[in-house]
Amino acid sequence: MWIFRLFFSSMQSPSSISVRCRLFARYAEIVGQDEVTLSLQRDATVAQAVAVLRQSVPDGARLPEQPMVAVNQEHALAGQVLADGDEIALLPPLAGG
Amino acid sequence: MQYLVDAAIDVAQLIDMVSSDERGGTAAFIGSVRRGPDDGPVVGIEYSAYEAMVETQLDKIIARAAERWPQARVEVRHRIGRVATREASVAVVVGAPHRAEAFAACRYVVEQLKQRVPIWKREILETGERRWRTGDLSPEEHP
Repeated sequence: MWIFRLFFSSMQSPSSISVRCRLFARYAEIVGQDEVTLSLQRDATVAQAVAVLRQSVPDGARLPEQPMVAVNQEHALAGQVLADGDEIALLPPLAGG
Repeated sequence: MQYLVDAAIDVAQLIDMVSSDERGGTAAFIGSVRRGPDDGPVVGIEYSAYEAMVETQLDKIIARAAERWPQARVEVRHRIGRVATREASVAVVVGAPHRAEAFAACRYVVEQLKQRVPIWKREILETGERRWRTGDLSPEEHP
């Protein structure tokens, strides 16, 4: 099994990762969808993911260049490096209460 | 969903939950939907949320409050969906041995909720029109 896993992992592209990107409230309204799967280069940062998203969805350029972002439900900075399978969320200005 | 509720918040139940023989002070913050002087004909607010992150962040906020005020017990509820004016949209209730801890912990949790918890609101106008509303973080501007 270990050998199989090693072989299998070598068949996958080591140079890219897949990230689930979620959009909420006004941002989801702008792009007309609330979830997008992004294929990113390995070691891509939050900022790079946002840039790719803005280019890959309709009206993505209307999203802010530096939105508030969460990674795996934790607030994240633009320079945070992403890993395969991460969930990134673009958060419009918070308005609870 | 522990913290998000889609029906009226039962504040009396929350007070009961934070009460004990050792806790002599209870502080409650109740935030309600309002129509401000510049808001126009607002009849309600529609709340939406990143629900999983709301749970994660409120767990952490309450855990930090427990570190700072170990004898306090905190309960939080926030409405999701449509809430009419004058109805409570959020309740933070804290029971503690004395009023100082109760007030401090309640204020801490409310402010952290405003800054870190992903909830959004869209005003509903008399005309049926809806508009996104950005929250402000200034405590002085809240009831």
